[in-house]
Amino acid sequence: MRASVAALLVAAAQLGAQPQAAKQSAPIDLTGYWVALVTEDWRFRMVTPHKGDYQAVPMTQAARKLADAWDPAADEAAGNQCKAYGAAAIMRLAARFHITWRDDNTLRVESDAGMQTRLFHFGSGAPAAGERAWQGYSRAEWERQGSLKVITTNLRAGYLRKNGVPYSENAVVTEYFDLAPAPDGGQVMLVTTVVDDPQYLSQPFIVSSQFKKEAGGSKWDPTPCSAR
Amino acid sequence: MGSHALFSQVTIGSMARSLITALLCALACRSAAAQFELTGSWAARNHEFLSGDGLPVDFTGIPLNEEGRIRALSYSESQLSMPERQCQGWPAFYMVQGPFGLKIWSETDPLKGNVISYTIGAWEDRAPLVIWMDGRPHPSKYALHTRSGFTTGKWEGNTLVTYTTHMKAGFLRKTGAPSSDEATLTMRFYRHADILTILAVIEDPIYLAEPWVLSRSFQLSAAPVSPIGPPCVSALEATPSTDVPHYDPRKNPFVDEMTKKYGVPRDAAIGKPETLYPEYRKKIN
Repeated sequence: MRASVAALLVAAAQLGAQPQAAKQSAPIDLTGYWVALVTEDWRFRMVTPHKGDYQAVPMTQAARKLADAWDPAADEAAGNQCKAYGAAAIMRLAARFHITWRDDNTLRVESDAGMQTRLFHFGSGAPAAGERAWQGYSRAEWERQGSLKVITTNLRAGYLRKNGVPYSENAVVTEYFDLAPAPDGGQVMLVTTVVDDPQYLSQPFIVSSQFKKEAGGSKWDPTPCSAR
Repeated sequence: MGSHALFSQVTIGSMARSLITALLCALACRSAAAQFELTGSWAARNHEFLSGDGLPVDFTGIPLNEEGRIRALSYSESQLSMPERQCQGWPAFYMVQGPFGLKIWSETDPLKGNVISYTIGAWEDRAPLVIWMDGRPHPSKYALHTRSGFTTGKWEGNTLVTYTTHMKAGFLRKTGAPSSDEATLTMRFYRHADILTILAVIEDPIYLAEPWVLSRSFQLSAAPVSPIGPPCVSALEATPSTDVPHYDPRKNPFVDEMTKKYGVPRDAAIGKPETLYPEYRKKIN
């Protein structure tokens, strides 16, 4: 009897020691189609703000100087139409997002606006040195209280808003994903985004965005990046 | 029964008790640890949604129904010059829209130590909000309606969920989008490190076509946030009048201001529900 109890305890200990894949240990299910509810900052998100309209962004002088020189034609000519679709700004877009598991330890977030793909890597992987991208490299972890925390680095410099409000390639984006029930019985996803960028932000830029879950992808509408 | 068997029984029994105790403790500890410290000073960051003090006809992002839109377009900010309206303040929805931080404190049961209520301090034009955590029911629908209403709360895991009713008719936004005395507010408080994010769902069967979902983040502050605003004292510096300033909603002179200044289409400025969704962008371009 003692032996069987001991075996049980050993098995339990081994079970506890083996890390579960992120997909299996997920405390919340973020997969599905999500539509942005543009109930805040409408004029910054649904239309491209005028040059010089930077209200509410804690910009440094260097950022203001750069934004004042915003030239969408130059961005197009340089192939930089996606500067406003990078990881620091993408969840604030008026867009739909499709979240799926690429594999047991990688969550994939696709946007229809700008046709971007983000990969949230669970575990201890690291980005290849020097490799920068609009979506950077995102390390993810489940928080004990049932949220997803994502930290993104290795970004290409981009825009927080389409009218050229900049963030640098050294920006660090920290996001928290939470779920809540919606009044109609569906689900709401809340994403809190904190952008740290001492070069262009005088303090962390903090916004929270909400999304409603949709039954399917019938309204999914892939459109390329636009600099204007 | 031999001594060996007795030893086995005792060992297994004590181990089982230990396991059960550990399990119960783990559950209890998890439950307590699942809640977070809500009290303290939370500074506003104001990096989003500052349109409440903008142009007069800015109802962007609010899913107004037709009745709400007509009321909104009839509103004149000159109403705030009327002595009886100067100190009216704004409903609890203002919590996730105003420029202020939050000072939150709790009242605890002196014998049991449990939280009876949280209070979110006032601001210049917002009344304090008391969140009752002791399980008391909401009053009768005929009970007194106040500016901040009646709020109950409960923890769902690590999230504080509150529900507010009994608010006086007021405004969803300072630009005049109306709220009725049947409106309700559900808030969910999430804490991540030093960030407090409030998800707010406003429902109003009279003036909204669908629930209005907002969110707002605050950052824990070492500097104290004031729990009160300065006192409001009404004054009249004009000839008394019985008129209530307003516009004919069909002829509001500011209806195209958002279009002229920011390129926002009129349908969006006047809060048509379809303008809240990304596909509306196709109608703009």
